Amino acid sequence: MISNNEEFISQLADKYGRNRESLLPMLQEVMDQFYYLNEDCMITIAKELDISTADVYGTASFYSFLDTNEQGKHVIRVCQTIICDMKRKEDIIDAITELIGIKPGETTHDGKFSLHYTNCLGACHKGPAMLINDEPYTELTPEKVKDILVSYMKK
Amino acid sequence: MNNIVNIVINDTPLQVAEGTSILHAAKMMNVHIPTLCHHEDLCVAGNCRICVVEVENDPNLVAACATPVRENMHILTNTSKIRTARKHILELLLTEHNINCIKCSHSNSCELQHLALEYRSDEEIFIDLRKPSRTDVSSYAIQKDDSKCIRCTRCVRTCAQLQGVNALTMANKGNLAKMSTFKEKPMAEVVCTNCGQCINRCPTGALTERTYIEDVWNAIYNPKKHVIVQTAPAVRVALGERFGLKSGHRVTGKMVAALRAMGFDSVLDTDWSADLTIMEEGTELLSRLKKVLVDGNTSTVLPMFTSCSPGWIKFVEHIFPEMIPNLSTCKSPQQMFGVLAKTYYAKKKEIDPANIVSVSIMPCTAKKYEANRSEMRDSGFQDVDYVLTTRELASMIQQSGINVLTLKNETYDSVMGESSGAGVIFGATGGVMEAAIRTAYELVTGREVPFDELRITPVRGFDGIKEASLLLENTTEEYRFLEGVELKVAVAHGLANARNLVQAIKDGLVSYHFVEVMACPGGCLGGGGQPIPTNIDIRAKRMDAIYKEDEKMSYRKSHENQEVLTLYEEFLGKPNGELSHKLLHTYYTERNRY
Repeated sequence: MISNNEEFISQLADKYGRNRESLLPMLQEVMDQFYYLNEDCMITIAKELDISTADVYGTASFYSFLDTNEQGKHVIRVCQTIICDMKRKEDIIDAITELIGIKPGETTHDGKFSLHYTNCLGACHKGPAMLINDEPYTELTPEKVKDILVSYMKK
Repeated sequence: MNNIVNIVINDTPLQVAEGTSILHAAKMMNVHIPTLCHHEDLCVAGNCRICVVEVENDPNLVAACATPVRENMHILTNTSKIRTARKHILELLLTEHNINCIKCSHSNSCELQHLALEYRSDEEIFIDLRKPSRTDVSSYAIQKDDSKCIRCTRCVRTCAQLQGVNALTMANKGNLAKMSTFKEKPMAEVVCTNCGQCINRCPTGALTERTYIEDVWNAIYNPKKHVIVQTAPAVRVALGERFGLKSGHRVTGKMVAALRAMGFDSVLDTDWSADLTIMEEGTELLSRLKKVLVDGNTSTVLPMFTSCSPGWIKFVEHIFPEMIPNLSTCKSPQQMFGVLAKTYYAKKKEIDPANIVSVSIMPCTAKKYEANRSEMRDSGFQDVDYVLTTRELASMIQQSGINVLTLKNETYDSVMGESSGAGVIFGATGGVMEAAIRTAYELVTGREVPFDELRITPVRGFDGIKEASLLLENTTEEYRFLEGVELKVAVAHGLANARNLVQAIKDGLVSYHFVEVMACPGGCLGGGGQPIPTNIDIRAKRMDAIYKEDEKMSYRKSHENQEVLTLYEEFLGKPNGELSHKLLHTYYTERNRY
């Protein structure tokens, strides 16, 4: 597994070039592949680019969409900003918790879902809003959320 | 040449070079602007905003450290608007800062504390945002307390820019931003070299040395223990700063007197073991040269790297493990002293080594780590029990109630207290090289080095990487194989420079026989255990003092140190001999890169 990681990251370095500017696209590809940035991957990236691991971690931890802790396959981000809050985003959270049994900040045991709050998704006129992976969902109701999640359970 | 621009600061006109920062321009006319994130040794960050000033026709306050002057700029540094802004900035920083000054070892050298006092910041107008955090005490050398951090990033810039190590980073963002290691691992587990340069530049007490003051007092108070102390060369040129003396004021004799008055049973000198290091390391270099040049031995590699600086050693173990064979196997002067204290000294003074407590006073935090390395127990005990920094020594002197400045100068005790000028200059970058050349050249040719007053100037000074070469001619019978050889050496200080130098060597761009590296800028005189603050002026004054100390010594060359010669005669036999190898030489370990 580890050697596979190394090979994968080495290929990424070939693709993007072995300089510091390649760090972000490489981190993004690792995210796509493994859903989060594990320690080994960050160390391997540091080696490939000849930069320090702290540097990799500093960059990775800065961005909301790069995770340094283990995440589920599908990451649900519910907007917590004021408009969605007024449009009862808490009902959405409760509906998700009821269906898949996790609170914000947690991941399901089967590794399928993680739930997080996020800041403004720019869909204030269609709140409450959430994002699953890269897909936005708006004008949510508890019922609508259930249908959406069921469709992801099958994926 | 830069263009000159005309500016006005507080109604006073001034001409400065284009590109000068407002902060620097103000300093030139003795107008003080407070700073926190700014440090002369580091690049501009402009994140703390405490240096804000008003610029005419600019609606916003600007950061003086990060704003270059321009033609006809009118700058005000003391207005109601500025004062209010600075007070608010200060208050905001204090809402997050763990204000615990009476228990903080950086009290008095803390820049945040100074500013809070200066601005009489006594109102708490903002809500308390202090977060509980646990101090990282995993390292033998450096403690990290996030609750005192103001996120100025000086430590991160120091580690990256000066040292090229990058053990620290700013993780996360916004209100969650924090100074962090890789994945917030303990300091003892990351690439940290323990150099302590971050401590010297931290404007608060977020980074401090791990202290062993209480252990040392306990040993001194214990009548069964024979407590000996060694003092490193760079301590004597900086300790005075903690007692209000100007940088570069030498206090060797007073320091010795103070240590004796504090109750140390024997006050000895690391300079002595520095001379010994030269005998061992010089001999090792000559034998390596012979192996490579005459025997064609392929397992012996050149250049040989010095091994006195424990920060540099750990750096190589982490970053350039493939270069470990290049490191001299000699222990550092501290550790040579330590192992001999519990063998040679114990025997000579007829003291059970189990009852000897060996303390060393170092300008260095990495030495604390070095003393605790498992290899450093060749005497059968931990060779050096406790390592204190220059700063800790100053605290102990204060605690002892001794007025160090009124003491009469005293001299070191005997057996391991004599030193030559060559031992003294170990404290400055290039010093080990100079000391080694003074001895090795004379050994090889039978003549003194061809430099006026033994001053080998090409290896002196603050250039990041220095080079020199020396033609070996008319060699003695034993060293005929070096006849006509041009000995090429290089010196680097600050690990960022060292990194560049090693990389150039690895890439085959340069080649040398002998390379000296000191982890800290300026060498030990700029060490992580030295008095705070530090800057290039302070380091230059300490360096002058070191070379002055050298010139006043009666012996200037390590091989003339009588007590070292006695050691070989009575105990060790010959340099690089069997017993030397057992006690004075060591090995290194490859370490992980994160």
